[in-house]
Amino acid sequence: MTIHDLSETPTTGAPRTDTLGDEEALRLRGDFPALHQSVNGHPLVYLDSGATSQKPFVVLDAERRYLETTNAAVHRGAHALAAAATELFEEARARVAAFVGVREDEIVWTSNATEGINLVAYAFSNASAGRGGSAAERFRLGEGDEIVVTEAEHHSNLVPWQELAFRTGATLRFVPVDDEGVITAEAASEVIGERTRVLAFTHVSNVTGAVSPVDEIVRMAHAVGALVVLDACQSAPHLPLDLAALDVDFAVFSGHKMLAPTGIGVLYGRSGLLNAMPPFLTGGSMITTVTMERSEYLPAPQRFEAGTQRVSQAIALADAVRYLQAVGMDRIAAHERALGERLLAGLADIPGVRVLGPLDAARRTGLAAIDVDGVHAHDVGQYLDDRGVAARVGHHCAQPLHRRLGVTASTRASTYLYNTTADVDAFLEGVAGVRSFFGEA
Amino acid sequence: MGSPELANLYQQVILDHSKRKKGFGLAEGGVAESHQLNPTCGDEITLRLHLADDDTIERISWEGAGCSISMASASLLSELVPGLTRDEARERIALFREMMRSKGAGVEDDEPLGDAAALEGVSRYVARVKCAMLGWVAFEDTLSLSS
Ligand SMILES: Cc1ncc(COP(=O)(O)O)c(C=O)c1O
Repeated sequence: MTIHDLSETPTTGAPRTDTLGDEEALRLRGDFPALHQSVNGHPLVYLDSGATSQKPFVVLDAERRYLETTNAAVHRGAHALAAAATELFEEARARVAAFVGVREDEIVWTSNATEGINLVAYAFSNASAGRGGSAAERFRLGEGDEIVVTEAEHHSNLVPWQELAFRTGATLRFVPVDDEGVITAEAASEVIGERTRVLAFTHVSNVTGAVSPVDEIVRMAHAVGALVVLDACQSAPHLPLDLAALDVDFAVFSGHKMLAPTGIGVLYGRSGLLNAMPPFLTGGSMITTVTMERSEYLPAPQRFEAGTQRVSQAIALADAVRYLQAVGMDRIAAHERALGERLLAGLADIPGVRVLGPLDAARRTGLAAIDVDGVHAHDVGQYLDDRGVAARVGHHCAQPLHRRLGVTASTRASTYLYNTTADVDAFLEGVAGVRSFFGEA
Repeated sequence: MGSPELANLYQQVILDHSKRKKGFGLAEGGVAESHQLNPTCGDEITLRLHLADDDTIERISWEGAGCSISMASASLLSELVPGLTRDEARERIALFREMMRSKGAGVEDDEPLGDAAALEGVSRYVARVKCAMLGWVAFEDTLSLSS
C-alpha cells in the first residue's frame, strides 16, 4: 500500500491523461485501506459507492490528526486550540465552497444531505408559521401554493416536501418521469407554473444514473419566480460541479459519498436567501443576543449551525475535496463514464437482465441498477456477495421510481475513482451466473 | 457457481419452495389476517389463519412477493402448521426464531420444524433473517389477533 503525497500529483510520474484509466485507478486504490480485504474468500470488489464511498488515508489521517492536536469547540472560547480549530473549520468551508463554485458564507454544514433538505423545508415551514419577519415573505406557503418534486427523487428529497405540504396547506405536485425513468424538460414544463413556489429535483438519479436537464428546468422555475433546490448527492462526488453556473438557489450533498466520513453534509444557499430564512435547529452558537423572552440570530451560515459542530468531519471533508481536486473531477468523471459504458454493454449481453434507465451511456454516470428476470434483487445481491462483489439491493430509497419502472427492487453497481474494468467485469460475471444458480436458465 | 456456504443457504428444498409455493393464494374465510412488510427490500406477505372446529390450526393461506428466502419460508411454514394446537404453533415459532438468531450455530433439536429446518443457513446472514421471519411473524400475529 502506498500513501500519496498530495502536494505531488497523485499519478506519481505517469503522464496526466484526460481520464484515469485502470492503472491509475489501481494506484489510487492503494490509498484506500478498506478496499484491501477479502470477503467470502474473494478479494473485495466494492461497487456500492453510490450508497457510501470508502475513505483514503489522507482523510482518515486528517481526522485523527485534528483530534490529536487541535480538538476544541469552534466559535466559542478564546484559547489557542479553540482559535486553531475555528480557523481549520472555516478553511474547510472555504475549500468546499470553492469546490462547487460558490462563496464560503453560502455553505452551511449539516450532518448529511437529508438534514440539508429538511433545513430548507423547515425554513419554509417556520416562515409560513409567521417567523422571520418581512424578510421571510418568499418562504411563506399556504393553500394554492405548489411545491414541485419529481418521480425520480430519493425519499430524502420527497418526504420532507410531503411533510411541508401537510404543515402549510400547500399542494405537492410531481413531474412524472418518462418510460425510461428520466426527468425531462418537457414533463417539467407541464407541471411548473404560476403557482410553483419551490422546485426540488435531483441532478443525477441514484437509480438510473441519468443526468437531469438542470439548465432548462432552472430557467423554467425562475421564470415563474420559484426557488430551486438541487439534490447533488450523486453529482458532487462524481462530476465537476459549478453550482453558481447552474444558477440553483439551494443544493445539498453528503460528505460520506465523496471520500469523507459520515456525519458531515453540505447545504448551499444563495447568500441573500439564507439570510432571509428563519432558522431550523436553534440553540447555542447561532444567536447574537438572548433574553428570557426572545433571541436574535446570527447571519448565515452560523444561523443554521446550532450546537457544537462536527469539526473533525468538516475538516476531513476538506481533505477529501483536496484529494478529489488533485486527481481531477473531470478525469474522475471520464473514468466513471468509461466504466459505465462497459457496464451497460456487458449487461446488454446477458439474457434475462434489464437495465433500469436509459440505455445510452452518454446520458448517465457510472452506475447501473438491474432487474434479473425470475430472481429477486436480494438473492442477486447474496449471490454477488458470495463472490466478494458488494452491490446494493433494494429500492435504493426510491420506491416511486421503482414502482413506475414496474419493479419493487433492483441490484445496483456504482463505480468511483478506485474502480477498474476488472471490477465491472467481476460484477458482469456474477450477474451472468445468477439465473442458472437459481434455476431460471 | 457459488460457494459451499451459498449452497447451504440456498438448499434445493428452499429453491423448490420459493418456486412452487405451498399455501399460496389467500383462501376464503379465516379467523385473522396479518400483513407484514420488510421495508429494506419491499418484501411483503399477507397471511390468513384458518382454524378447525376444535381450535387447532387447519391451515394458513398467504400471498406476497419477495426474495426466495421469504417466499420459501412462508411456504415451508404452510406445510408445517396444519393440525397443530395454538400452543404447539407458538413453540414452533419460538424455536424457529431461536434458530434464526443462532448466527449459524443452529438449535439442539430442529426436528419440530420439519423441512423448515433447512432454513438454518439463513442464520449466518444477519441481513436475511428478517426475510425468513416475515411469514412467521405474520403467522404469530394472526395467532394473537384471534385469541
Ligand atoms: C440522490 C440522493 N439523494 C439523497 C440521498 C441522501 O443522502 P444522505 O442519506 O447522506 O442524507 C442520497 C443517498 O443516499 C442520494 O443518492
